[in-house]
Amino acid sequence: MRRTVPLTITFIVGTGLILSVFFPPFETVGEDFSLFFDIIAVFAFFLGGGNLLRVHGTRIQKKRRDWGYSFITVAGFFLMLAAGLFKLWNPGGITADVTAPGSLFQLMYNWVFNPLGATMYALLAFYVASASYRAFRAKNSDATILLVAAFIILLGRTPLGFYATSWIPDSFSLLQIPNLAIWVMTSPNLAGQRAIMIGIALGVVSMSLRLILGVERTHLGVEE
Amino acid sequence: MSSVGLIISLFIIGAGLLWLLILSLTGREVERRIVFLFIGLAVSVPLLFNITFSERATPIVLDVFDKLEDLPPGSKVLLSYDYGPSMAPEVEPMSNAFLRHSLAKGHKLYLMALWATGQSLVATAVDSIIKREFPDKVYGEDYVNIGFKAGGTGVLNVIITDFRKMYLTDVDGLDLDSLFIFDGVKSLRDMDVLISIGGGFPGVKEWVLFAGAPGNIPTAGGCAAVSAPLLYPYYPRQLLGLLGGIKGAAEYESELKKRYPRFETMPTPGIKMMGPQTLAHLVVMAFIVIGNISYFISRRKRS
Amino acid sequence: MEGSKRLSAIILAVVIALFLVSWIVKGLAISDSGAALWFSVRDAFFITLAAFLTLAILSFLYKDNPYYKFAEHLFVGVSAAYWMCVGFWSTIVGNLFPNISESLSGYFDVPYKGFNPFYFIPLILGIMLLMRLSARAGWMSRWALAWIVGTTSGLNLIRYLRTDFISQVSNTFVPLLVDWKGVGPFFSDLSLSASGQFTMTLANWVIFVGVFTGLIYFFFSKEHKGFFGAASRVGIWVLMITFGASFGYTVMGRVSLLVGRLTYLFRDWLGLIS
Repeated sequence: MRRTVPLTITFIVGTGLILSVFFPPFETVGEDFSLFFDIIAVFAFFLGGGNLLRVHGTRIQKKRRDWGYSFITVAGFFLMLAAGLFKLWNPGGITADVTAPGSLFQLMYNWVFNPLGATMYALLAFYVASASYRAFRAKNSDATILLVAAFIILLGRTPLGFYATSWIPDSFSLLQIPNLAIWVMTSPNLAGQRAIMIGIALGVVSMSLRLILGVERTHLGVEE
Repeated sequence: MSSVGLIISLFIIGAGLLWLLILSLTGREVERRIVFLFIGLAVSVPLLFNITFSERATPIVLDVFDKLEDLPPGSKVLLSYDYGPSMAPEVEPMSNAFLRHSLAKGHKLYLMALWATGQSLVATAVDSIIKREFPDKVYGEDYVNIGFKAGGTGVLNVIITDFRKMYLTDVDGLDLDSLFIFDGVKSLRDMDVLISIGGGFPGVKEWVLFAGAPGNIPTAGGCAAVSAPLLYPYYPRQLLGLLGGIKGAAEYESELKKRYPRFETMPTPGIKMMGPQTLAHLVVMAFIVIGNISYFISRRKRS
Repeated sequence: MEGSKRLSAIILAVVIALFLVSWIVKGLAISDSGAALWFSVRDAFFITLAAFLTLAILSFLYKDNPYYKFAEHLFVGVSAAYWMCVGFWSTIVGNLFPNISESLSGYFDVPYKGFNPFYFIPLILGIMLLMRLSARAGWMSRWALAWIVGTTSGLNLIRYLRTDFISQVSNTFVPLLVDWKGVGPFFSDLSLSASGQFTMTLANWVIFVGVFTGLIYFFFSKEHKGFFGAASRVGIWVLMITFGASFGYTVMGRVSLLVGRLTYLFRDWLGLIS
């Protein structure tokens, strides 16, 4: 029951979706299976929220270290949830778009969620720069090739590259850094990425087959 | 102002780099916060002086521009906002440029999102760009916002054969059949071009894999710089063109300004960001060089 | 200990004072532009809040501190609720209710599509997925997980095989002599013009050899010796160029995000730039 049913579900859904590509009568089955997947995906969002509340609720209840910050998480969560579920300040009322301009939900997105998310990732600029100074060393030929390619891209993707090498005649235009950067991207970079892509595709195909046929079962956890 | 600003910026950055170089040559450790402060300055100073450079569109960007340009007015363009705050500064200029270009050209615009955060961004774009700059465009006739649906690739697998099965209504709850823009539109295959703007999952790659390639629908993309190199294997057969990072956005904006006089005064965040971007690249390259000089000196001392 | 507490209190007081000053100044600036009082107060508050949250995150560069932790925890809570709300309105209200309940469809003002019992499948599986939160009934979530895994596998298998494998192999078989017009014209024009015949031919050679050698590098079932070893070595070089290009683009991306945030601070908050 705990293993056979999930394995059967995976087999039926996976096979149905594969058949829907080859047999037009199965197209509707493929659509339905995908649509049901989309609906279940929303429950996964709910699960994420529920889990967040469970973890932080426990921390608050047991007054663990930094429990005050957990309170901030829970308060932020409920405020955003209320703003979204009840469509507070929404100019169009309960039937309008939840993200309508002027609604509390959209205001919180614009002025709380957006700055926090964007700045969190902007921090990485500092760490990339710091890593460039501390860790990016031409220790051997491989690292030197990587470094030269990075330099070409860094220069070529800015106007600096153009100003620095615009004097090179058109008959040697490949050596102008912007053109060299384009060449690096569309030739060796493309080749390397394609090799990686083909490898990943083979991995995805074999793993998908293993899952559909029930050979791969690790996602179902240990046998109870 | 710009040239004076450039000189001041270069002076500040040059002086700082020289100081770092001297410290490195004398074998002294540079505190990481100094490096942080320096990169902050390298970005802030050119930003404050509003340093900009001229841009020229590269072929991979021009391919997207020309596709939208060559389509006859009234063609159906689908724009998917597949990003969130973590990418917005570099890809939002792209989505705004695509929006302006499509509407100026008279295409019919279908706006949607595979990321929940995209729905807020579409709402903002409709409010701040379409309603303000294109007041003559009618909702439901010239453009429509069908919003976000959960599921990513699952959504694409449905709408490639039937829009109405996935999207019963637009974001405001209006039945798709009541919207003139959906007359004769059954699925993604009825679109003339698909444009995904994003950089994560689901994003441009998934649009190619689950819509563009199986449906044989022209697909273009605008993506965060981090994921741009990964998409080159699709170009030009599966992906007709790509805007990679803020540079791609700046190139598209410059082309738009060049070819459409009405956009002469439009905001060009992409072009504006390329000033600080350029100097920051310079600083990162200098960091690598200085770091390596100090590495080789210490290696020689050790040996 | 007492000293550090006092210092923290002073810093907090300064932060609150600065917030209030910024709110008032920004509010006055907005009201000067002709906005109504309520909108001036509201917008000024949110602009100031966003700026302070930005600075709170940036303060991590100095060291981990309570302001960063506050912002980080707020982000986690707000983002989880955001996805839940948009998911609920777009897919549960937009797709599930119109197929299972006329009264719910009417309440949320979405067009009722008629009762379809099959839609109870995702509803039941979704509820089973939530059982993951329960220690005793957690095993029930496996059924929903099985559906998710089955759909992902079924969708990916064909698409990856077709586009990322077959098409990519096909794309690699490119002409190794581009726009061939004969030996004479080819050797009379060996210029490095970006669109020249020689350059295009070179690019196709790099793509063909690069993909081939790159794949050899990833093939671990045979020892990398002799021709295989040499090809694998070339593969490493190609991959190094790939990683170098990725590094360059990563720097570009991260710097763009920083420029974006600083633009917000200098333009929208402080009004230093136009």
